[in-house]
Amino acid sequence: MQDAIGILLLPALGSLIAAVFGRALGRKATSYITVGAMAAAFLWTVSVVWRLLALPPAQRSFDPVYWQWIHAGALQVHFGLLIDPLSATFLLIVTGIGFLIHLYSIGYMEGDPNFQRFFSYLNLFALAMLLLVTADNFLFLLVGWGGVGVASYLLIGFWHTRPSAVTAARKALVLNVAGDVGIMLALFILVMTLGRVSYAGVFSHVSSLTSLQVELVAFLLYLGAAAKSAQFPLHVWLPDAMEGPTPVSALIHAATMVTAGVYLVARAYPIFHAAPVAAEWVAGIGAFTALFAATIAIVQNDIKRVIAYSTVSQLGYMFLAVGISAYAAGIFHLTMHAFFKALLFLGAGSVIHALSNEQDMRKMGGLKKYMPITYWTFLIGAAANAGVPLFSGFFSKDAILGQALASGHFWLWLVGVVAAFFSALYIFRLFFLVFHGKYRGDAHPHESPPVMTVPLVVLSIGALLGGYVAVPGAWNLFDQWLQPVFSRYPGGILPAAAAAPNWGAIALTSVIVLAAVYVAWRYFAGDVVREELPAALRPIHKVLYNKYYIDELGHAVFVWTVDRLAILADLFDRVVVDGIGMGMARLVWGWGEALSPYESGYIRRYGLAVLIGGVCVVAFLTLVQ
Amino acid sequence: MVPLSYYLILSALLFSIGTVGVLVRRNPLQMFMSIELMWNAVNLSFITFARQYTNMAGHVFVFLVITVAAAEVAIGLAIIVVVFRTREHADVDELNAMKG
Repeated sequence: MQDAIGILLLPALGSLIAAVFGRALGRKATSYITVGAMAAAFLWTVSVVWRLLALPPAQRSFDPVYWQWIHAGALQVHFGLLIDPLSATFLLIVTGIGFLIHLYSIGYMEGDPNFQRFFSYLNLFALAMLLLVTADNFLFLLVGWGGVGVASYLLIGFWHTRPSAVTAARKALVLNVAGDVGIMLALFILVMTLGRVSYAGVFSHVSSLTSLQVELVAFLLYLGAAAKSAQFPLHVWLPDAMEGPTPVSALIHAATMVTAGVYLVARAYPIFHAAPVAAEWVAGIGAFTALFAATIAIVQNDIKRVIAYSTVSQLGYMFLAVGISAYAAGIFHLTMHAFFKALLFLGAGSVIHALSNEQDMRKMGGLKKYMPITYWTFLIGAAANAGVPLFSGFFSKDAILGQALASGHFWLWLVGVVAAFFSALYIFRLFFLVFHGKYRGDAHPHESPPVMTVPLVVLSIGALLGGYVAVPGAWNLFDQWLQPVFSRYPGGILPAAAAAPNWGAIALTSVIVLAAVYVAWRYFAGDVVREELPAALRPIHKVLYNKYYIDELGHAVFVWTVDRLAILADLFDRVVVDGIGMGMARLVWGWGEALSPYESGYIRRYGLAVLIGGVCVVAFLTLVQ
Repeated sequence: MVPLSYYLILSALLFSIGTVGVLVRRNPLQMFMSIELMWNAVNLSFITFARQYTNMAGHVFVFLVITVAAAEVAIGLAIIVVVFRTREHADVDELNAMKG
């Protein structure tokens, strides 16, 4: 497994070549190189997974170490990669879905003047994300963590002439860095108490920490995870991040980067196992976020914003799962979500591309007959997202809800079920508004080129059939695959009883989801958009439409505080800092003023001064002797 | 034999005349001559002491001083010529561009 580093080096090289030689190589060559790098990385990953599968489950873990990075006293940090089923799953998602999205971008970004820069950034992102998921210690996890943040910043603000894109990029960066600080602090505590940062070192010594220390580390790690994965109340950057090009939304803000938080909690499960308070918190906030974001998504009119809130909501489900120790179920949902959410975003991108950058759903409608491939693939994605029975989202979401119920988290289950109703409602509202009824815009819709529709078809196959790796009551290949990772330390696997399917609960959610689809069809599939709402619903609509005023609240609290701090800092700067600086300058100035008359320019005066000085020296020497 | 003090008094007189010359004259050529007088006053005292203590180091110093004085005069005269060419005078009191 020593060769696994090649998977990281390929996009690194691609990014570098696109950045340095992009102009010289031209668009075509650049896209071949960068997309080719992703394709090669994917094949390499497949070979790694193949070799893992050939081994007995207990041996499917490799930790090739390449360099010693830091050696300071007792602290040693190596640059090594951890290749096990968990990181291999992420490698497959990042390189596989990443490759499809790279491919799609060739069509979507066609004609953009900064085509090469875009592909350089995409490969840079892939490198950082791969480092994040394969690092075998917390330090390099943080390096990758920061790297994806930077790549995300660059890509959200890719159209840097749009003020809104720049603002959104900055917002994302600020909130993400707030999370990075959390992870950094957790790292400091680990170095101080355990003196090690490698996963193996930390996880086998968790028991030597006091429960307060463990809870603190878990909460700080969760702070980072919540910022990256857009958990309430740090979710505000993700919907704004839709200012970036749509493939970016699909790759970074749906399929890969935003799931890094789930990865972190799952990877650090021995810590969260030892910190029950933090784990409950993770699950509770997750369930709340799932419901909260789903309700906002119902009333938004921007197609990408709806999908963005949908992502926040689905991430909530994943955190609900990892919070109740159903790690395998969480990662399962994450994988399925990567498929169907990338599909939804790319489908939305295809629609936006076809309508000359129109994103308002009120100006869409009836696109079914213009864009058949996009229509059918989007339908599969929407069904998977809603959790319609027999689509992938159904299996993964029900796995989470079933385990929540079985492990005694009745309220979390209930919130999850309600959120499932809203999930189905918002995604089918979007679907019917966009593809059914009459066309309400004034562009000339057309189907997208094959370079965009092929990724849609491939992803839709994943969204359609991916769920069958884990059929409740029959088999669960996904759990088996991850089982060696989560059984290495205690607390990774729920008791066997929890894994048994609860047919009643599954039937209930299925009925609820189908009911939501019916409601969406009933109200949104018509030819005209209903603008009128019953009076009773209008205040609710207003609150939801304004996203519960979280942005305004954050603005009021933080901007007010920062303004006050700025006034203080300004005062300090003027009085103290400037005082010191200007004081020094005045001192020198004064001396200069005092001494300059003696520099008269008359040679004879200088001569006299020398003479007097000489006489003084002689007199002094004479007197001393 | 002439006593040592005579030589030294002569040396001191020559040095003082040179010093006053440098300080009161405004013509750079005359100032140079005065400086030359100071050099030679110093040379005289070197020779005096060399003879008194029969130590040849004094003679060596005198040769050194003569050499340096020659070099200094060469450079100084060159400067004066250049100043005269640009200013059409060589009054040192007018040459006060370095005034602070």
